[in-house]
Amino acid sequence: MSNITLDQVRKVYAGNVEAVKGVSIDIADGEFIVLVGPSGCGKSTLLRMIAGLEDISSGEISIGDRVVNKVDPADRDIAMVFQNYALYPHMSVYKNLAYGLTNRGMPKSEIDRRVKEAADILEIGDYLDRKPRALSGGQRQRVAMGRAIVREPAAFLFDEPLSNLDAKLRVQMRVEIKRLQKELGTTSVYVTHDQLEAMTLADRLVVLNGGNIEQIGAPIAVYDKPASTFVASFIGSPAMNLIETVSDAGGLKAKAGTGLQGGNPGGLQACTVGIRPEHLQVVEAGTPVGDGLTLTVKVNVLEPVGAESYIYGTIDGGGAPVVIRIESHQTYDINAILTLHAAAKDVHYFDAETGRRIES
Amino acid sequence: MNKLRIGDHIVLLLGVFFMVFPVVLAFITSTHDAVTVYREGLQFGFGDQGLKAYETVLTKAGGFTKEVNGLVMLKNSLILGFGFAIGKIVISMAAAYAIVYFRFPMASLCFWVIFCTLLLPLEVRILPSYEIVQRLGMVNTYAGLIVPLIASATGTFFFRQFFMSVPDELLEAARIDGAGPWKFFIDILVPLSKTMIAAIFIIMFVYGWNQYLWPTLITTDEGFFTLVRGIKQILQVWVGAQIPDYDQAMAMAILAMIPPVLIVVIFQSWFIKGLVESDK
Ligand SMILES: Nc1ncnc2c1ncn2[C@@H]1O[C@H](COP(=O)(O)OP(=O)(O)OP(=O)(O)O)[C@@H](O)[C@H]1O
Ligand SMILES: [Mg+2]
Repeated sequence: MSNITLDQVRKVYAGNVEAVKGVSIDIADGEFIVLVGPSGCGKSTLLRMIAGLEDISSGEISIGDRVVNKVDPADRDIAMVFQNYALYPHMSVYKNLAYGLTNRGMPKSEIDRRVKEAADILEIGDYLDRKPRALSGGQRQRVAMGRAIVREPAAFLFDEPLSNLDAKLRVQMRVEIKRLQKELGTTSVYVTHDQLEAMTLADRLVVLNGGNIEQIGAPIAVYDKPASTFVASFIGSPAMNLIETVSDAGGLKAKAGTGLQGGNPGGLQACTVGIRPEHLQVVEAGTPVGDGLTLTVKVNVLEPVGAESYIYGTIDGGGAPVVIRIESHQTYDINAILTLHAAAKDVHYFDAETGRRIES
Repeated sequence: MNKLRIGDHIVLLLGVFFMVFPVVLAFITSTHDAVTVYREGLQFGFGDQGLKAYETVLTKAGGFTKEVNGLVMLKNSLILGFGFAIGKIVISMAAAYAIVYFRFPMASLCFWVIFCTLLLPLEVRILPSYEIVQRLGMVNTYAGLIVPLIASATGTFFFRQFFMSVPDELLEAARIDGAGPWKFFIDILVPLSKTMIAAIFIIMFVYGWNQYLWPTLITTDEGFFTLVRGIKQILQVWVGAQIPDYDQAMAMAILAMIPPVLIVVIFQSWFIKGLVESDK
């Protein structure tokens, strides 16, 4: 069993910087967990505490039912892939892979078997004699993965392993990492600030904000029901439209500008409404609002990305910015006023003060 | 462009001439006998005794006690040069490793104290150093010659700067790979420092080789004389009508130059290879 349990884990750095503020997560055996959040939210710190590279200020971390708070990184049975790969520059690829095994006193034949096997899986067999400097970024990345795989550890830890690669290679390696992880069935914790990477890789996402967990859940569940405005704006690209509203007898109105009319089935007071760009339809002016939401938006910029296009606009009367996804090849004039409608099921409500989701 | 090249070459040639001329002159002069040199000064054409002076210098026992010849002095110089360079590298790497990788109290204070000793050359502390060596009974031993000099602020400083530029992730990866402090040092840091080691080795070897004051103090037994002292010794024979063997002095000076030049040539190719290949 190689489940990982974090129980109220905190990290206070010297100078009273509280980087992680009481995080609890249960990671099941074989699960792929992605820690995602903006820069400085404590993702790396959390991962490094699991690895044993940082002390735990308080709380408890167990790997496979063994509390590891005081266990050396080498004895935690984990392997880590670093952002800059951290390959040993003076060792051949073969030696890079073998080093961790040699140190553990594994017999030569077994080391050889494992290295060859990992090299096969990762298709780096041709480079085994080369030094890391003679490899491309993508190949180095594979070697770094290989070094983790040969150990056959209880868990893989990844700290933004793809962020040094170019966009195309990143997609390729992302698919590869996912395939590998499923094939090997090894529990994995993966840190990234790229929400797309997070969405595509994770069995479950952990969205972190300022050292706290904002939400844990399957990527699609997080996408469909973000627990807060923070998650709503972080997960999904372009981000969810968030518009502050006030309520009156006729329903919801935009706090700034005139171009918002919404039903108010839950009888809410002031709240923030959220609508994903793909849930806004361009409709005829005068279409009934119902329980949904109608926006009138002035077009500022039209951005075709190929498979689809995005309109960047503002709510009529000087209100909040809004992004709408439309089909590709559709065009609208700049400064045109569009009427947009979102169905009730696609509108999210968040508390105006706390930003937490209001279930309707 | 072409014109500039010619200009460059002229400058370089002048430099070469300037550096090599005295050496050539010394060599030419060493092929004359001592009397000619004494009477006519430095010589500009080859003399008739060929390389005889070299043979004499290397094999004939000289000095007061007649128990030391050039070969023995060469051996002593090599022991001093290598002992000095290797000792300095080992000590300064160990010190830099401690300062950079171990969070002991006042590590940076320790570093600055070591650094400040840069300001104190050997000559400043030569009396207390001599006193200590003498009381430890290390006068006229190789250990007495080498050990008191091998602490090196310069070396520690360079290794510290280098270690600090090694990415932390390398240490972390090694820790996860099960390498303790000792293994990390031997398996990762030392190989990565190859270039630095070569550079410091060149500098320290030449520095040790050229030591004069300290060996003069510590070794009174002629069996421990180095080449550098040997030159002086040849010139120090003004007794009665005897004139110094100038040819032999020149020959010994030339001989004394060869090992450091070899070290620089050999290690330089290493050093440049390291520089070109270096990546951390
Ligand atoms: N050694 C340290 N000493 C003091 N504060 C630190 C230290 N390391 C990190 N921090 C602080 O802890 C917080 C979390 O840092 P962490 O590296 O975990 O962020 P991150 O989520 O990984 O960000 P990024 O996406 O930029 O890598 C930051 O505010 C950072 O300034
Ligand atoms: Mg980070």
